Amino acid sequence: MQPINLTSASAAGKDFVEKVRKASGVDVKACYQCGKCSAGCPVAFAMDYTPRQVMRMLQLGLTEEVLKSHSIWLCAQCETCSARCPRKLEPAKVMEALRIEAKKAGFETEDEIATFNEKFLRSVASNGRVFEAGLVIGFNLATVRPFKDAGVAPSMLANGKLKLLPHKIKGRDAVRRMFEKAEKMEGEHK
Amino acid sequence: MRRVGVFVCHCGSNIAGTVDVERVAKEACKFPNVVFATDYKYMCSEPGQQVIKDAIKEHNLDRVVVASCSPRMHEPTFRRCLESAGMNPYLFEMANIREHCSWVHPDKEKGTVKAIDLVRKAAAKVVKDEPLQKSSIGITKRALVIGGGIAGIQVALDIADAGFPVTIVEKEPTIGGRMAQIDKTFPTLDCSACILTPKMVDASQHPNIEILSYSEVEKVEGYVGNFNITIRKKARSVDMSKCTGCGTCWEKCPTKVDSEFDMGLGKRKAIYTPFPQAVPNKPVIDRIHCTKFKNGKCGICQKFCPTGAVDFEQQDELITEKYGAIVVSTGFNQFDHSVYGEYGYGKYPDVITGLHFERLINASGPTMGKIKRPSDHKIPETVVFVKCVGSRDEAKGKSYCSRTCCMYTAKHATLVHEKIPGSKSYIFYMDVRTPGKGYEEFYKRTAEEYEAQYIRGRVSKIYQKGDKLMVRGEDSLIGRPVEIEADMVVLANAMVAREDAGDLARTLGISYDKDNFFTEAHPKLRPVETHTAGVFLAGACQGPKDIPDSVAQAGAAASKAIGLLSKTQMESDAIVSNVDESRCSGCMICKGICPYKAIDAKIITERIGGKMAERQVAEVNKSLCQGCGACTVACRAGCLNLLGFTNEQILAEVEAVCL
Amino acid sequence: MKYAYYPGCSLHSTGIEYDMSSQLVAGKLGVELKEIPDWNCCGASAGHTTNHLLGLALPARNLAIAEKEGLDVMAPCASCYNRMKTSEVAVKSSQETKARVAEVTEMEYEGKVGVKSALEVFVKDAGLDTIKSLTVKNLGGMKIAAYYGCLLVRPVGIGFDDPENPMTMDDMVTALGGEAVDWPFKTECCGASLPTAREKVGLKLVYDILTIAQSVGAEAVVTACPLCFMNLDMRQNDLNKKVDNANFHLPIFYFTELMAIAFGEKPAKAGVGKHFVDTSSVLAKYNLK
Ligand SMILES: Cc1cc2nc3c(=O)[nH]c(=O)nc-3n(C[C@H](O)[C@H](O)[C@H](O)COP(=O)(O)OP(=O)(O)OC[C@H]3O[C@@H](n4cnc5c(N)ncnc54)[C@H](O)[C@@H]3O)c2cc1C
Ligand code: SF4
Ligand code: SF4
Ligand code: SF4
Ligand code: SF4
Repeated sequence: MQPINLTSASAAGKDFVEKVRKASGVDVKACYQCGKCSAGCPVAFAMDYTPRQVMRMLQLGLTEEVLKSHSIWLCAQCETCSARCPRKLEPAKVMEALRIEAKKAGFETEDEIATFNEKFLRSVASNGRVFEAGLVIGFNLATVRPFKDAGVAPSMLANGKLKLLPHKIKGRDAVRRMFEKAEKMEGEHK
Repeated sequence: MRRVGVFVCHCGSNIAGTVDVERVAKEACKFPNVVFATDYKYMCSEPGQQVIKDAIKEHNLDRVVVASCSPRMHEPTFRRCLESAGMNPYLFEMANIREHCSWVHPDKEKGTVKAIDLVRKAAAKVVKDEPLQKSSIGITKRALVIGGGIAGIQVALDIADAGFPVTIVEKEPTIGGRMAQIDKTFPTLDCSACILTPKMVDASQHPNIEILSYSEVEKVEGYVGNFNITIRKKARSVDMSKCTGCGTCWEKCPTKVDSEFDMGLGKRKAIYTPFPQAVPNKPVIDRIHCTKFKNGKCGICQKFCPTGAVDFEQQDELITEKYGAIVVSTGFNQFDHSVYGEYGYGKYPDVITGLHFERLINASGPTMGKIKRPSDHKIPETVVFVKCVGSRDEAKGKSYCSRTCCMYTAKHATLVHEKIPGSKSYIFYMDVRTPGKGYEEFYKRTAEEYEAQYIRGRVSKIYQKGDKLMVRGEDSLIGRPVEIEADMVVLANAMVAREDAGDLARTLGISYDKDNFFTEAHPKLRPVETHTAGVFLAGACQGPKDIPDSVAQAGAAASKAIGLLSKTQMESDAIVSNVDESRCSGCMICKGICPYKAIDAKIITERIGGKMAERQVAEVNKSLCQGCGACTVACRAGCLNLLGFTNEQILAEVEAVCL
Repeated sequence: MKYAYYPGCSLHSTGIEYDMSSQLVAGKLGVELKEIPDWNCCGASAGHTTNHLLGLALPARNLAIAEKEGLDVMAPCASCYNRMKTSEVAVKSSQETKARVAEVTEMEYEGKVGVKSALEVFVKDAGLDTIKSLTVKNLGGMKIAAYYGCLLVRPVGIGFDDPENPMTMDDMVTALGGEAVDWPFKTECCGASLPTAREKVGLKLVYDILTIAQSVGAEAVVTACPLCFMNLDMRQNDLNKKVDNANFHLPIFYFTELMAIAFGEKPAKAGVGKHFVDTSSVLAKYNLK
């Protein structure tokens, strides 16, 4: 294992810690590494770094490693960590902020989750609502798994749980403009 | 024409760093009546004081101003300096150019200008200062100790051994406090009862010690040296003078109640002593649970008592006594972990606290010293300890570290290993804090010889799964979630202040912190005194503490109290309120205002128009007056003045700054 | 009482039973539901983890429409509820956020109306006495584990019930004559946002929840969220195929379905026939068919 050069890492990480604080309202420096967040996190077992380690790496300035981690994509945003942190920090908000930053930096380590989210939002942007059948099919095509979850589709169609055509809302142009504006404004902000 | 000398202190770079001290001295020379001014590196030092003394002689000074720090610390120093130079110590003023100036202003120019103003103000006031004299009063040579835990017992023994009478007021039926509940004590593992009960007996047999158990302090009046204390002796329903402590009553009593002493793990009777070695070893009737008090039936204890000591009619009794000093040693409570939903809100019977564990392991406890889990009395094989519960947790508990739990948890794990062969202990910790003599070595043994597995991480969830308790944490040293199937979980709950600490503090007029622990006068230099003269602190009521620290602090508090009680007379400050009788109308508004009850009416005789006439005026008791000044603003005629802070003196200051 | 109704995407598709039963219960309780005209998707977790501002703006548009009508919103889906609540609180607590959100949505949302979950409206506000008085078919002591999921009671300090041990649904079960079993996984996350993309991770969470529910003797699980419902209901078959020894047949219900049935409606009318896991045997056992 290569030693980390903390002198340069911490100096470089300072601005990023501040960026995360602005975006999430969480001062990662206040984390005392108790691990309660990770112990309660339902998906920590599948993460490459536990939520506590994510906080630690930010403290030490290991920005790029954090942004490339799987953890920030696997986080289910359940807020269990935030509900239990003894220092009233909100790791869930940090995860949210990191995922946004990772996307900006072009790191989408969990490309399936990233693709799913993207398809989801694209569906919202064009219809105003999510078109689930389209979403699932589109997602599975994109990730080369055309038959996944296909087994349940017929019964769902019969029960009225899946629609074959998307419902397009009247205000879909307004919604699409919201996407454009939000992207532009968040880019300028900070 | 007065002759004022001004001395400006550098306080190293504390003042000189942001205030041009030389310029301040130079400017001071131009103020009216100032005949000499200088600056010096450390005015409070020996040579610094010599500079003042020399100048007094050389320049024939009759007033002195020192421009330095806050008067809190060094006003007495400089007053003594004046005294030793043959001056009245009250012909002196301090200008605080450190806290009010250098420490708060980064700009040197502005800071210097402000410092000059502050000195000008002091120089204007000092001219109006008059010589004042201290008065003195007698002292009641007797101490009151509130709370009879190990700290209170130690304080009482030390003061009593020095020859002064002591009263211990203890709210429970017996003295002993938490230490009586503890089984063995770290780091030596000697039996708690074996070292505590002899002290309890010593206290009860000491000719100078009176124990008022089942009693509480109701009212505190008076002042240092002469407190008037009203004590409520709660109705015990047992005549202490007749009872021999034979135990017949509690044997016969049919009503069983959860024992507070055993943390609800065992039972006691409605007439009871908390534990066999109780001091005094005489019972009380718990009137809430006693059948006789509930519905008039029963009365069995009274029937069987061989000495006729049971008295259902007994009433609370209020007594008022005089004391010269008070030591507060009311100890601590355990944090209530029912706020932790993730640990089951306190509803899992086998998730217990440290004090529960102490009772489980105690040979005279509810399980005769066998560690059995409360739910099904099975002997646990896997025991998980969780540290810092309610400590170091701003979200649901207290921000501070409770200091004792790292050690008592190590002790508990050791005892599990000793008592349950084949058992395994896991200890979840964030840090292991062992800053005491022999403590680190004890912790090492716990991990190495007693095979306790330490896991660094805070537990996030405890839940019941079948007859196991699932404990989820993270081993933060390898960064992986871990899970343990435990038979019992022991939480190291924080030490918190007694729930009535705030009330007691208000009764005593002492201050307390955000967590309701009583505040010492200075965290480093006056750790056992309070801001209220004559009231001292000992033990865990001041903050979390273990037994060695509580006992050490008890000794310190006792020596402070003994120091006070050994004086024959006590000097009181000269800064007291003064009545201009010629203008006083005798309305006595001031009397009601004074928080120290220092003002009373008196009748004076005076000649009006050639005739002698009697008239009522106010009079200030100089030893009771604390110089707070409340009366001076209440007096409509303005005839009350605080000596040292008269209207004339204050106005001189105002004019010096504003005109 | 009248509410602006926000079904969200799920209640018009995979959560259709929740929609059907909510309408029935509202009718019985005298709660009028007026669907928000031309509502849009709240963005779910994909929205706010991609663009923070978008995550606030998407729900705010719906809130703004409701505000125009002067109605508080009822959002049955826990995820929609959580997103709307977050947006509501953010707009109420910061002028700057309010302005930025308004710029994106091109609509004014002042924070005058807020959002409630269906559980709040149908159970907390209606009151247990009303629920008892409307009950004509007692649940007969059916052992039910109330599963709230993670989002319904969070963020902490904002939610309407305890974040670790909520009781609203348990109380409802008791009021309907069922037995609410005490269990420790009421608010554990089921990973609803994960299974589609990361199947294994999500399956484990569902497995744990169902196992614990079964171990405390639950005969059914009741939820208040379409995502939780889908996950717990649809994945059982998957689990039985993929995990050794897994054999789950645990009926999952929406709380509104149970209310509707107890209030005397035919289960089919409440959408109960559309579940993946068979519900007929447990309903038959307690004479609720
Ligand atoms: C589980 C556990 C294990 C521990 N083990 C150890 C150990 O092994 N070794 C060690 O050194 N320390 C140990 N400690 C710490 C130890 O208990 C304390 O240091 C010690 O009890 C403090 O003594 P105290 O006299 O200040 O307070 P307490 O023991 O709390 O005594 C205070 C007394 O004041 C009385 N009182 C309270 N309020 C009033 C009132 N208003 N009026 C009149 N009386 C009042 C109380 O009834 C009580 O008798 C342990 C603590 C815990 C929680
Ligand atoms: S729970 Fe809070 S303090 Fe503890 S490791 Fe996680 S973020 Fe840090
Ligand atoms: S919000 Fe994310 S990091 Fe926090 S507990 Fe849930 S899944 Fe884990
Ligand atoms: S029976 Fe009487 S003498 Fe004996 S302990 Fe009880 S009260 Fe005291
Ligand atoms: S003494 Fe140890 S267990 Fe107790 S609060 Fe401090 S660190 Fe935590």
